[in-house]
Amino acid sequence: MKKICSIYEAHKKIIQVIVAVLLLCFPFLITNSYFLHVAISIGVYVLLSMSLNLVTGYAGQLCLGQAACYGIGAYTGSLLMLNYNVNFFLAMIVSALVSGLFGFLLGLPTLRLKGDYLAIVTLGFGEIVHLVFVNWADVTRGPMGLPGIPSPSLFGISISGRKAFYYMALILVVLFVVFMRRLINSGVGMAMETVKTDEIAAESIGIYPIRYKLLAFVLASAMAGLAGCFYATYISYISPTTFVYNTSVTILAMVVLGGMGSIAGSVIGAAIVTLVPELLRFLSDYRMLIFGAVMVIMMIYKPEGFWGASKRVKNIYKIDAERRTHERNTERN
Amino acid sequence: MAKLEVKDLQVKYGVIPALKGISFYVDEGEIVALIGANGAGKTTTLHAVSGIVKKAGGSVLFDGTDITEKKAHEIVGAGISQVQEGRGVFSQLTVLENLKIGAYLRKDKAGIEKDLADVYALFPRLQERREQAAGTLSGGEQQMLAIGRALMAKPEMLLLDEPSMGLSPLIVENIFRTIRKLNRERHMTILLVEQNAQMALYAAHRAYVMETGQIVMSGTSKELKSNDEIRKSYLGL
Repeated sequence: MKKICSIYEAHKKIIQVIVAVLLLCFPFLITNSYFLHVAISIGVYVLLSMSLNLVTGYAGQLCLGQAACYGIGAYTGSLLMLNYNVNFFLAMIVSALVSGLFGFLLGLPTLRLKGDYLAIVTLGFGEIVHLVFVNWADVTRGPMGLPGIPSPSLFGISISGRKAFYYMALILVVLFVVFMRRLINSGVGMAMETVKTDEIAAESIGIYPIRYKLLAFVLASAMAGLAGCFYATYISYISPTTFVYNTSVTILAMVVLGGMGSIAGSVIGAAIVTLVPELLRFLSDYRMLIFGAVMVIMMIYKPEGFWGASKRVKNIYKIDAERRTHERNTERN
Repeated sequence: MAKLEVKDLQVKYGVIPALKGISFYVDEGEIVALIGANGAGKTTTLHAVSGIVKKAGGSVLFDGTDITEKKAHEIVGAGISQVQEGRGVFSQLTVLENLKIGAYLRKDKAGIEKDLADVYALFPRLQERREQAAGTLSGGEQQMLAIGRALMAKPEMLLLDEPSMGLSPLIVENIFRTIRKLNRERHMTILLVEQNAQMALYAAHRAYVMETGQIVMSGTSKELKSNDEIRKSYLGL
């Protein structure tokens, strides 16, 4: 692993360019529609794991209800498109807003609760939302789900086909990465880091922790909601079984396995957790067993994940080399 | 008028009273120490003043304004910065980031730069290590960083919680010299909580002795140092 990292550091630019080109050409290199489907699924999970990473990895609040926000986004978007013929792109924004609102509600317990207790509350939130999907049959059609969700269209041109969805997923992932990077490297990101490390210390420099915890919950839920709306239009059918506790845990596994508090980690984690069970498909029922064992071994030997925060080398206040040598010289004199 | 005036302050943890109504004051430009054994309520007093724990009764006046009901982050804005026990530096952030985030509530860029230079002048060690993650600093350096970070908020008053905790005698002396320097040269008002009564009485002008949530004795450091009971119970002489 260290070797891989050092190779990566040495040829960062080239590797990044190669990866970017590969991602752009992927639908032309691999025309098999099954692989394209797996790639799009990875894209959706990357969005979800990034959203959870914001709350759990960066703001330090363990959340076990991410699938609920994912589902709220998916249902909001689908219902808008099915019942009111709302354009997909507008529906996506609205579903992000609605999920964000629920994220605010989900964040409210953080005013009083921490750690494990908060995790239990978010777990409960996830269960309640799932039950609403199942039982509010007038609106959600209950366990039968919502079929026939239309594909997006832009200026009258319908966007369909796996290739188009692949590029849409890619664009969303890139947008999320850019957004996360800007957020994390801003004052808000630093404030979240302080809240995660030591709330009392954060308070003692004038940071109001609740504000940043709520912000993290709202943003993360909105991101998950957006991902849900995209998922719904891609898969064209949603049912409550997708938005269950199991999905929340899978997303959490991606974040932890990839590396908490690392954007690249979220991407890698989502890719691995989606891909490995697919690749092990030839082992039929044994594949989840093997996958579970891999996760256990991974956590024992590399608890910080593949690309964890221990790799944090950023310093948002860069000191230029010139000034440094100048200071060194004056120190010597 | 006193800079900080605390009247009949009470704190309860659940039903258990931690502070049973204590009153004290700190004048402008003064170093005042709260000394006492473990569990006497010293840290609770500081946390109640800085708004980290809820007050069950009493009042806190700062510069004549009532700050009793204010939240912790608002109290920082009012001009009181706390350096907490165990230092509480943000280990993943660099020294420079730690210092800069200390100025979280301020908008005056030039003033922040000036104060940063002042902190570096006070603790040259921090300048040398400014690009290092704070978690890699030694205990003494972390204490310096914690004090430096508190100063970056440009406080009118500092609350120091056990600055000597877990540090070697030599570094403790160094820290206390700096505390006195801050007071002498910058006229900083300081309220200090310390188990190390000897160092506390060396640095402070006056001190209060706490026992089980109450103030049992007070006086100038000189008076206390020559008090037989204090010498026996707290100074080990």
